[in-house]
Amino acid sequence: MTEPRSGADRKRGKRSGISRAVRREERAGLLFASPWLIGTVVFLIGPIVASMLLSFTNWNLISPAKWVGLENYRDMVDDRNFRQSIRVTLFYAVLAVPLFQVAGIALAMLLNLRLRGMYLFRTILFLPAVLSGVAVAVLWAQMLNPDLGIVNQILRAIGIDDPPRWLQSPDWAVPAVVLMGLWGVGSGAIIYLAGLQNIPPALYQAAKIDGAKTWQTFWHVTLPLLTPTLLFTLLIGVIGAFQVFDVAYILGGSRGGTRGALLFYVLNMWNEGFRNGRFGYASALAWVLVIVAAIVIVLIFKTSSRWVYYESEGE
Amino acid sequence: MATAESAGNERPARRSAIYKARRFGFIGFSYLLLLVLSLMILLPLGWMTTVALKPENVPVFTLPPQWFPTEHWEWGNFGRALLDPARPFLRYTVNTLIIVGGEIAGTLFSCSLVAYAFARLRWRGRDALFNVLIITMLIPWQVLMIPQFLMFFKVGWYGTFLPLIVPAFFGNAFFIFLIRQYMRTIPRELELAARVDGCNHFQVFWHIVLPLCKPVLAVCVVFVFLGGWNDLLGPLIYLDSNDKFTVAIGMANMVTRADPNLNLLMAANLIMMIPAILLYFFAQEKLIGGIASVGLKG
Repeated sequence: MTEPRSGADRKRGKRSGISRAVRREERAGLLFASPWLIGTVVFLIGPIVASMLLSFTNWNLISPAKWVGLENYRDMVDDRNFRQSIRVTLFYAVLAVPLFQVAGIALAMLLNLRLRGMYLFRTILFLPAVLSGVAVAVLWAQMLNPDLGIVNQILRAIGIDDPPRWLQSPDWAVPAVVLMGLWGVGSGAIIYLAGLQNIPPALYQAAKIDGAKTWQTFWHVTLPLLTPTLLFTLLIGVIGAFQVFDVAYILGGSRGGTRGALLFYVLNMWNEGFRNGRFGYASALAWVLVIVAAIVIVLIFKTSSRWVYYESEGE
Repeated sequence: MATAESAGNERPARRSAIYKARRFGFIGFSYLLLLVLSLMILLPLGWMTTVALKPENVPVFTLPPQWFPTEHWEWGNFGRALLDPARPFLRYTVNTLIIVGGEIAGTLFSCSLVAYAFARLRWRGRDALFNVLIITMLIPWQVLMIPQFLMFFKVGWYGTFLPLIVPAFFGNAFFIFLIRQYMRTIPRELELAARVDGCNHFQVFWHIVLPLCKPVLAVCVVFVFLGGWNDLLGPLIYLDSNDKFTVAIGMANMVTRADPNLNLLMAANLIMMIPAILLYFFAQEKLIGGIASVGLKG
């Protein structure tokens, strides 16, 4: 899609006397965009600057703020909760992001088969996409009950006598959250399915004529053409992993579960701000999150040119 | 010669039989997998419903687990969950609907206007600002939660629905992007004709473009509803009294209690899930189409 009138045309328009219409459109554009322009300044740029400044203070909402320089950032080094929150969040990200990608693609390929009744299966498997993290966590907390829950009943039935104690165990709490996320992997599969259906059928026919095996077709046709979708879901997945809150709060409470096993980064930040009233320190935590997220996003984009395949420069 | 002929006929026949058998096995295996996966989604939901419908004196955990339906139909559990004076989920539901309604109104109003500015109008800085818009989608909202809280606290909005509703009236990058992309697929001819007939920009937007955008606006409504209905962190930060709480907070308060009544917990949980599930069944195409288009365009 190209714009019918460019800047050069606009200048010519001015000269030939329709500048009033151009100016009116200019005004209308700003007016129409004004809700977002105002909102960005008030709810985004303002708070970003404020949180930057706050992170150098020890403000607690009660006593006046005092400038403390980089002290908040230095304090993190020895803060056990901060370290634990990093450990939990990284453990989760390393486990969940690749697993959800692989499972999402596999499920999407299964749902992409041309079978009768597929609509029904899709409807069922996409259902968790709409269920709230809170409700799913409440349900799974009972399913994962170590003594009576269904998951461990099944594990015992298949011969595992000593199944994990899941949310009550410092080691298995994060995998339990991942398991819960895996239950809802259908919502990720929706995006991959759309990506799969966007692959031109001609390529599969060509591969078939060339005698490619199923696995070869997947490796050389499907996967390369899915990489733009993969880039998108990778970004969403990583950012999402940094932001886990609801599930952790429901399953572990604000303290972050057994021995802080579920003390995710944002939960720790929320604790420091809204429970302990350390708004300056919590703002510093927020900024560390922004910087880490920005670095990861930039790294993903930088390396993406090596593994993301663009068939042609569309649009 | 005869042998050669028969061999020539036999081989493709056998090959196609093998092919057929393999194809059959493949299809059978696929169905089996789909069935198992579907049960893994449905059985927990069935178990939850069963628990929600059990009377208090019946054990929740059984060996083997009981799936829906069972002999117990204690509908009163839902009534108790909805009207329990300590945790009135009916009140919570109404509160959540008020917040979500406000968010929907605000999002539709602001995002369609802004999307029109980005899709159709020509003004200085538009393209640069559109890039800014896209970048803002990547900023984790949690980073802003402390300064935003302090701001709303200072203006006296703490403990009201306003901090949850008002920002929706100032646009949301994701929905602006979604509507803008859709608007660009609408042919311009109608708008040009309306312009020639003397409509101003707002009239063109209101009478021509907006009615054509109904499909994408419906997608936005579905997403805003789900986002608002399921949100925990926002209400947790801004609401402080039982008569203002939302369903998500009610659930959180109930589950973090030492020994919750599981029948009521699961009944309340179903109350939380049902609107989303209903919406899913009525707007499935829009929802899935919406999620899919986001992935493709992103």
